[in-house]
Amino acid sequence: MKIAMPVFNKSLESGIAESFGRTPYFLIYDMEEKTCAFFDNTAIASQGGAGIKAAQAVVDSGAAVVVVPQCGENAANVLKEAGLKMYKTISKSVQENIAAFAEGKLSPLENVHAGFHNHGGK
Amino acid sequence: MPVFTIMAGNSLKIAVLSGKGGTGKTLVSVNLAAAAPQAVYIDCDVEEPNGHLFFKPQDVAVKKISVKIPVVDESKCNGCRVCVDFCKFNALAYIGGRLKVFETVCHSCGGCVLFCPEKALAEKDKVIGEIQSGVSETVSVLTGVLNTGESSGIPIIKQLLNAPVGETEIAMIDCPPGSACIVMESIKDADYCILVAEPTLFGVHNFSMVHELVKLFDKPFGAVLNKCLPGNNPAETFCRENEIQILGRIPFAAEIGAINSNARILVREQPKYRDLFAGLLLRVMEEVRRETTAHS
Repeated sequence: MKIAMPVFNKSLESGIAESFGRTPYFLIYDMEEKTCAFFDNTAIASQGGAGIKAAQAVVDSGAAVVVVPQCGENAANVLKEAGLKMYKTISKSVQENIAAFAEGKLSPLENVHAGFHNHGGK
Repeated sequence: MPVFTIMAGNSLKIAVLSGKGGTGKTLVSVNLAAAAPQAVYIDCDVEEPNGHLFFKPQDVAVKKISVKIPVVDESKCNGCRVCVDFCKFNALAYIGGRLKVFETVCHSCGGCVLFCPEKALAEKDKVIGEIQSGVSETVSVLTGVLNTGESSGIPIIKQLLNAPVGETEIAMIDCPPGSACIVMESIKDADYCILVAEPTLFGVHNFSMVHELVKLFDKPFGAVLNKCLPGNNPAETFCRENEIQILGRIPFAAEIGAINSNARILVREQPKYRDLFAGLLLRVMEEVRRETTAHS
């Protein structure tokens, strides 16, 4: 099973990014193989709908699970429709969250916010 | 009573803007419209139109405004994603073998329909708001209303400003706050812009942004200083430093606040306010005439 996380750097030492749609990179971690891959989030420079575009890329990556601090409703709709499960991070550390997921200690993400559309400055 | 003359064949469109909300755009535009012999008041602040609260227009007619959004014929869609890649607003996603349209993100450009190689996309109408039109004494009142949750009121503003204005009428355009696309759309066809300023540093900052905007659009403009108190007025200082014509001053007075907060129109309440705004309107007309002569 592959899990996806929004991260600041292409490294397992990286911190987890707060924004799903506008994170610089996504980490795709393979739980069985214990391997990782990173890809650039091309949605970061979008004028709008970044969450939708980022979610599409995560779905296309083949991940079955997304681990995030928070998620906007458009992105969540795409992820849910594609059958991905969403969990809430317990800290900013990638490795701590991978370990917690492996032990079944992450809880499902329940609060989906309405997005930051135009409220974070244009 | 001053005499207003409008050049034959030219209806006059005056936009009132301020940058910061709560500065007095509606106060100025409502009262200028009420002071004119015949006027059309156009509320372009479609996210929270409030001019109608003052005018209380009669015989209101409602026209729904819709935009085009894509609709997919799933039997024709082969999942090529040309539309998904095309959409700069990311209003489309291809998930689980189906195309998903995010209606509130769509900007109705129609590009996805044009580019679909399978002709699987068509357009349907989606209502995003309405225009209410009614009459209040000598003023025709047009109000644009954007439905909650919609991303852009620009289609409504375009329709509002397409409404016919009679030759002897003055159109008073009450703009939305800020200086973004929606304000640009509102001032695009204006013959003259009135910038309303309040004596606060925050107000002056946003005033400087709309000042930049009207210069960029090459519009003739002047300032009205609202909420004037004795002593230093940062808005007046800004106008002096930037050589901005000051058209008039409205005092910071409890009486004005009381009349206005009861949704009554100053001009219709007391002769002194009628004189104030009729004088202001006359001043604006002189400015417009001067600009027209200078540019012809």
